[in-house]
Amino acid sequence: MVELGNFSPEERAAQEERLRSVWKTPGGWRYWTSVNNSEIGLWYGVTAFAFMLFAGLLGLLMRAQLATPNNDLISADLYNQAFTLHGTVMMFLFAVPIFEAVAIFLLPSMLGARELPFPRLSAFGFWSFLLGGIFVCGSIFFDSAPNAGWFMYPPLATDKEYAGIGADIWLLGLSFIEVASIAAAVEIIVGIMKCRAPGMRINMMPMFAWYLLIVAGMILFAFPPLIAGDILFEMERMFDWPFFDVSRGGDPLLWQHLFWIFGHPEVYIVFLPAIALMAMIVPTFSQRPIVGYSWIVLAAVGTGFLSFGLWVHHMFTTGLPQISLAFFSAASEAVAIPTGVQIFVFIATMLAGRVIFSVPMLFGAGGLAIFTIGGLTGVMVALAPFDWQAHDTYFIVAHLHYVLIGGMFFPIVAGIYYYFPFVTGKKLSAAWGKLAFWLMFVGFNLGFFPMHLSGLRGMPRRVFTYPEEFGWNLFNLVSTVGAFIFAAGVATFVIDILRPKPKTSGRNLNPWSAGTLEWTNDPQESWGMRSVPIITSRYPLWEQPDLQANIEAGRYYLPDAKSGKRETLVTSVLDAEPIQCLRVGGVSYVPMISALALGGVFIALTFHWWIPTIICAIITLIAIVWWLWTGTAQIPEAEKVDVGLGQELPVYVSGPASVGWWAMFITMVGDGTAFASLIFGYFFYWTVHDDFTTGAPGPGALWPMVALSLFIIAWLLTIVARHLNARGHPGCRLALAAGIFATVAACLAGLAGPYFHGMDPTSNVYPATVWVIVIWTVVHGAVGIVMQAYCLARNFAGRMTTEYDQDIRNVTLYWHFMAFTAVITFAVLGLFPMVSA
Amino acid sequence: MKSVIPREVESLWTLFTAPTVWAIHFLGCYAAVAVYCAKAASLDFGFAVVRLALGGLTVLALMAIVLSAYLAWRQWGFGSGDPPHDEPTRRDRTLFQGFATLLLSGLSFVAVVYAAIPLIFIAECQR
Repeated sequence: MVELGNFSPEERAAQEERLRSVWKTPGGWRYWTSVNNSEIGLWYGVTAFAFMLFAGLLGLLMRAQLATPNNDLISADLYNQAFTLHGTVMMFLFAVPIFEAVAIFLLPSMLGARELPFPRLSAFGFWSFLLGGIFVCGSIFFDSAPNAGWFMYPPLATDKEYAGIGADIWLLGLSFIEVASIAAAVEIIVGIMKCRAPGMRINMMPMFAWYLLIVAGMILFAFPPLIAGDILFEMERMFDWPFFDVSRGGDPLLWQHLFWIFGHPEVYIVFLPAIALMAMIVPTFSQRPIVGYSWIVLAAVGTGFLSFGLWVHHMFTTGLPQISLAFFSAASEAVAIPTGVQIFVFIATMLAGRVIFSVPMLFGAGGLAIFTIGGLTGVMVALAPFDWQAHDTYFIVAHLHYVLIGGMFFPIVAGIYYYFPFVTGKKLSAAWGKLAFWLMFVGFNLGFFPMHLSGLRGMPRRVFTYPEEFGWNLFNLVSTVGAFIFAAGVATFVIDILRPKPKTSGRNLNPWSAGTLEWTNDPQESWGMRSVPIITSRYPLWEQPDLQANIEAGRYYLPDAKSGKRETLVTSVLDAEPIQCLRVGGVSYVPMISALALGGVFIALTFHWWIPTIICAIITLIAIVWWLWTGTAQIPEAEKVDVGLGQELPVYVSGPASVGWWAMFITMVGDGTAFASLIFGYFFYWTVHDDFTTGAPGPGALWPMVALSLFIIAWLLTIVARHLNARGHPGCRLALAAGIFATVAACLAGLAGPYFHGMDPTSNVYPATVWVIVIWTVVHGAVGIVMQAYCLARNFAGRMTTEYDQDIRNVTLYWHFMAFTAVITFAVLGLFPMVSA
Repeated sequence: MKSVIPREVESLWTLFTAPTVWAIHFLGCYAAVAVYCAKAASLDFGFAVVRLALGGLTVLALMAIVLSAYLAWRQWGFGSGDPPHDEPTRRDRTLFQGFATLLLSGLSFVAVVYAAIPLIFIAECQR
C-alpha cells in the first residue's frame, strides 16, 4: 500500500495556484485558442446540437409540406435539398460529433486523467468539424445543397445536370469532417488504453470507456471505406473518371457497397455511445453497480464486430445472389442477440436496485422502449422477402427513426440532463424536464408510428407530395401533428437549458449520488482532477471512503505543476500501473490554423479553384510541420520527474510505450482500411466483367516491379537509419538522405507504369482504377519523404538524439505500413492481370 | 509439463479472437460466393463444391472458436470463481478477461452457425 501525500494548507494553496496557472483557460478572444478538453468538448457539443436543431427544422419543413395531399408549400427541388440535408446533417454533423463531444468532455474525468493525450488534435478536429459543417449546411441558403439523398447514390448523384455543386459540397465537406472523426477516434483509443488512473485495471473501467473504445475502433474501420468511396466519386465528378458510369465499365453498386460498409456500422457507432450513457445513468438511479459488467463488454464488442456484417441488408433489392443476401440476413438477425443482452442488463440492474425515476431515467427508459420497437421492425426488415416489399417506403423511414431517436436521441437528452450539473454545477429543472419528455415521447410516437402504416400502404420515401386518392392523407396529417408536438418537446428542453438559473446554495459536486469518478471534479476548476487518484473499485465514489477529500487535498499523484507544463499520467494497458508522466499540448493557434487551411483545401476544391487549393495545401503542410516541430517529442529538462507518492517517472518515452507511436499505429490502421477499400474496388470491377481490362493496356509488370523494389529499398533504409540513430552513428543522416532519393525514384517509377502504357483514366474504369491506386501509393510515398526529411532536419537540429528518438521510431512505423501498401499495390497492378489472363 | 496449448497471453487482444474468427469466416463466405457467382461461366466446378468448401471453412472456424473458448475457460479458472470480478487484483482482472472472452466465443459460435445456415438451404446463385 502506497503512503498518500500529506501537505500543509499553505503547500496546498501554492500547488493549487500553480495548477490553476498551468491549466488556465485564456480570456478574451484568445479563449478560442484553448485546447482544454472541457472547452473543446463543450464547443463540439453545442455546435453539434445547433446543427441538430437546424436539421430538425428541415424535418419540420418536410412534414409541413407532406401534411396534406398535393401541397405546394415548397418546391420539389427544395424538398429534395431539405431531405438530403436533414439526413446528412443528422448523421454526420450531429449523431457522430455529439458523441465525440461527450467523449472528449467526459473521458478524462471518468478515467481520472487531467487531459486526453492529444488535446491539440481534439481542437483540430473541432475546428475542422465546425468549418465543414457550416459549409455543408450553408449551401441550402444558396439553393445549392446536395439533393440526391443522404446516401448519394450514383448515377443520380453523378449526374451534373441534376446534382449540381451540391454533390461536391457533400463529398468534400463530409470528407473533411471524416478526418475530424478519425482524429477523435485516435484520441479516444489512446486515451482509454493509456491514460487511466493508476489501479483502474480493465476490469475496473467505467462502462462508458468500454463502449467508447469499441466505437472508436469501429470508426477506424467504418469511415475509411467512405473516404475511399468519396475519392472515387469526386474523381468521377471532377475529372470524368468513370468509376460509376456503366457505359465505360463502371458500376454504381460499388458506391453502394462502400457507402454501406461505412453506413451500417455507423448506426452502431451512434447507438453504442448513447447506450454507454445509459450504462452510466442506470446504475446511479438504481443506486447499485451494474448487473453483468462482463455481459456489457460482450454486448459492446459483439455488436461492434457483427455490425460490419450487415451492410448488404441495405442492398437487398439490387439483384445480388440470394445466397449473399442470406449471409447478411443471418448476421442481421445475429446482431439482435448482443443488442438484446444490453437491454436485459439494464432491466436487471433496475430490478435489482431501487429505481429513482428522475428525468434522465425517464428519457432513458422512454428511449429504450422506442428503440425496442425500432429493433423489432429491424428484425422484420432484416428478412430479405419482407424487405423487398418494404424497401424505400415509409416503413423504413419509421424504422430508422425509431432506432435512431430511441437509441440515440433520447439517451443523449438523458445524458444532457444527467451531466448538466457536471458541466455547469447546476441541475436542469425536473418539472420542465418531465414536460419535455412527455411532449417528445407522445409527439414522437404520434409522428412516426403512422409512417409504418403509410409505408405498408405503399407510400415511397422522398416524395415531395402525393395524390389525394391513395389513402395516405390521414396518416400524413397525424404524422405532421406528431412531429410538431415532438418539436415542442425539444423546444421545451432547449429553453430549459438556456433559461437563467437561480444561484444554488452550497457546493454539491455529486447531486445524483453517483459512484463513478467523474463526479469528483469541480466544474469551477479547469485542471480536471486535483490529484490523480488510485482506483480500487468500479464505483470509487461509493466504495472508496475519503476519495473525494483525498483527491482535493492533493494526496494522490501529480498534485502539483512545478514544471509549469500540462501533465497527466500514462499507465499500462491491462493493470494501469503508472509508467510515464506525459506532457500534453497547451493553448495554441496552430490547431485552428491547420484546420482552417485544410478546410480551405476542401472548399477550394469544390469550386475547382486550383490555385487557392494549392496555396491552402501548402499552408496546411507548413502549419502541421510547425505544430509537430514545436509541440511534439520535446526533449525534457530532466529524464524523470517526481509525480508524487515518492515515485519518479520518465517524461519522454519512445516506441510502442509512447502514446505517439500508438496514435501513428491507429491512424495507419484506418489508412490501411481506406487502401483496402480501393483494392476491393479493383477486384469488384474484376468480378463484374468477363475481361476487366477490356483489352486496354495495363501498367505492365516492369515498372510496377521497379517501383516495388525501390519502395522496399527506401523502407529498409529507413529501418537502417533508425538503428544507426540508436547507436549514435552519423551514418543515420546518410541513410535518411538515401531513403529520400529512393522514395522519389520509387514514386516516379510507380507513375511510369500507367503513364508509359498510355492508360487514359477517362476511357474506361480499368485505367481509372489503376491510376487511382497508383496515385494513392505515390501520395503516401510523398508523405514518407516529408517524414524522412523531417527526421533528418530534427537530427541536424539536435532535437532527435540517440536517447530521444520518438520521431524516427514513429516514422519507421509509418514506413512499415508504406511498404505493405507498396507491396499490395504493385503486386496487384503489375502481376494480377497476368494471373487472371 | 509443457502444455501443447499456448500459455496464457497477457494481452487485451485475446478478447477479440473469436469475433475475428467470425469476421474471417463471414468475409470468406461472402467473397467466395460473390466471386463464384460472378465467374461461374468460366469455372469448371459446380456450386456444390463452393458449398462443401465453405462447409469445411465453417468447421474450421467453429473449431478455432472452441479452442478460443477453451483457453478463455482456462483463463477464467474453469469457472472457479463467480463474476463480477471487480477486485483490484491482477487475478480478478485475468478472470474478468477470461469470462468476457468466453462469452464472446459463445456469441461468435452462434453467429458463425447463423452464417452457415444459408449454405444448407440455398443450392444455386439465384438472383
